[in-house]
Amino acid sequence: MKRIYLSLILVVSMLSSLFLAGCSVKEKEEEAQNVDENVIRIGVFEPMTGASAAGGEMTVEGIKLANEMFGEVLGKKVELVIVDNKSDKVEAANAASRLIEKNKVSAIIGSYGSSLSMAAGDLVKSAKVPAVGCSPTNPLVTLNNDYYFRVCFIDPFQGTVMANYAFKDLKAKKAAIIQDVTQDYSVGLSKYFVDSFKELTGDENSIVGMTSYNTGDQDFTAQLTNIKQTNPDVIFAPGNYGECALLIKQARSLGIDVPILGGDTWEAPEFIDIGKEAVEGAVFSTHFTSEAAVTDLSKKFMDAYKKKYNKEPNTFAALGFDDYLVILDSIKRANSSDPQKIRDAIAQTKEFEGATGYITLDENGDAVKSAIIKKVENGKFNYLDTIQPK
Amino acid sequence: MNFEIFIQHLFNGISLGSLYALIAIGYTMVYGILRLINFAHGDIFMIGIYTAFYGTIFTPLPWWLVFILAILFTGLFGIMLEKAVYKPLRNSPRISILISAIGASFLLENLAIVVCGGRPKAFPIPDMFSRVFHFGNVSVLSLTFYIPIITLIILLCLLYFINKTKTGMAMRAVSKDYEAASLMGIDVNKIISITFFIGSSLACTGGLMWGLKFPQITPLIGIMPGLKCFIAAVVGGIGNITGAVVGGFILGLGEIMLVAFLPALTGYRDAFAFVLLILILLIKPTGIMGKNLTEKV
Repeated sequence: MKRIYLSLILVVSMLSSLFLAGCSVKEKEEEAQNVDENVIRIGVFEPMTGASAAGGEMTVEGIKLANEMFGEVLGKKVELVIVDNKSDKVEAANAASRLIEKNKVSAIIGSYGSSLSMAAGDLVKSAKVPAVGCSPTNPLVTLNNDYYFRVCFIDPFQGTVMANYAFKDLKAKKAAIIQDVTQDYSVGLSKYFVDSFKELTGDENSIVGMTSYNTGDQDFTAQLTNIKQTNPDVIFAPGNYGECALLIKQARSLGIDVPILGGDTWEAPEFIDIGKEAVEGAVFSTHFTSEAAVTDLSKKFMDAYKKKYNKEPNTFAALGFDDYLVILDSIKRANSSDPQKIRDAIAQTKEFEGATGYITLDENGDAVKSAIIKKVENGKFNYLDTIQPK
Repeated sequence: MNFEIFIQHLFNGISLGSLYALIAIGYTMVYGILRLINFAHGDIFMIGIYTAFYGTIFTPLPWWLVFILAILFTGLFGIMLEKAVYKPLRNSPRISILISAIGASFLLENLAIVVCGGRPKAFPIPDMFSRVFHFGNVSVLSLTFYIPIITLIILLCLLYFINKTKTGMAMRAVSKDYEAASLMGIDVNKIISITFFIGSSLACTGGLMWGLKFPQITPLIGIMPGLKCFIAAVVGGIGNITGAVVGGFILGLGEIMLVAFLPALTGYRDAFAFVLLILILLIKPTGIMGKNLTEKV
């Protein structure tokens, strides 16, 4: 008897949920049709949870700020549709296709992390919706993809900058690499560092150690012990802030005291929180610094950011801010919310004044910009130098 | 590879292995008594770390007191979880309980993301755990000594508790046949609660050590240690507490040595654990220390 009741309840609840779901879909469709004419939707897919959560969250802060300051284009309201891609390649593809299929966005912003951006590459290409990445620096993100652009520099440049720093400023002759094999960003950046370091030293054997780990690993002692044996002058470790902070901490407690260098992913407050005194002296390249404001907009961005979030502005927020503005500017120039027309306008972006500098997109859709070198000193990211592109 | 490097790798391996062992004890304990694979163990572990984290941030209490309170709290949390998730299904097929455990695990993870946020936090480390000792070229973190000692003390205490005390005897009775045990006047609910209390506070102890060793905490921190320690427990013989310790050490040492001697296979480090699991299930399904179970008809 009890079973019959139970199954009855189950059937009723299933039917009612179906009914409710049907209603809500219908309502939403109607809503979408009503609003569509007055609203332009821009999709955002960023990692808000998982290994890259801090980077994604900082980027979204910048995008939201830009949307608040410049919320209208062509007399219409701009609506952000923000989706979490969970720092996962599969989730990133799902997020992008949801933005395209369900939310019918005109353009897409994202993502932090080259692998995550690349996961959406084919989707935006076949749907013909333009995407502009904030900080994916791997060259493959935009290569052979007419619908992917980015507002940051790329790794061949970043790798050269760091190799130059190691060779000229640190007088290093031998370098060791620790890379995250699951991240295209890390593998790519390592490769460009290695190439230009070999060229600078003129020594094919100047890379004395090359070892790897996976995203999410916590223990690097075995790899570091092997690296220690090779006596490098410098260690290059591009990878997520979390893993790298742990890695540097373990390196120091294993008695490895050579300088450790990295890439733009390190610029997250968590890097210092987790690494504490171990990360003092760590040097990395990045996109933006509040010490050397380049444009009038940089100043405006920094003031507004401090006012809204009550903390110092950072690279990723600045890139998110710029990304949104580049898209907005393109919509204005295209004078349409049609994705194809917006794409053509984005491709022609020249000398656009952003918070991180003047943005000109080259034939691959990559921004040609200067790089900033920062160093961790007294628990802060300190500005060291600006390197101009050749 | 010279001798010093080998010793360094050995210390690294012991340090990681003893951590796995510590977490695996809690896993195997719950299984041994209740024949229940508690897939939410890794998430109880996460709850323990977060409790200690917020305890040290928001209360003026000294760290050791916060740690003790976190361990007790996590124990109570384990009891609550058992009452909410497992007790209603106690007479259902095993598979329902397993599914319920997986559901609880997802619920806890996502709840933690909502409450604590997805960004990682830095676990505070008291000075005594971060000192480094140098022996020639070999450097050892003080934590590397504490964890195996704590693991061994807990192992001995548990063995005494289960084999020599009355409650321990009741636990063994429940694990043999819980219906018969209840007919003999054993309060089964109480015994199960105690089991969950011990298992969960062990998860928390392991979590605290994990946080001290790898001070980056996120809501999903429990997934990988949970899986690895489950494998450690199976390798050692699930249900056997000494086996869990042995399995933990094999797993930790094996992982480090794999990376140390075959650097090309670094990327397959996690795969090592799963290969080990498959091998043990093929060769000796009951695990290294497990007894052969023969069904009597």
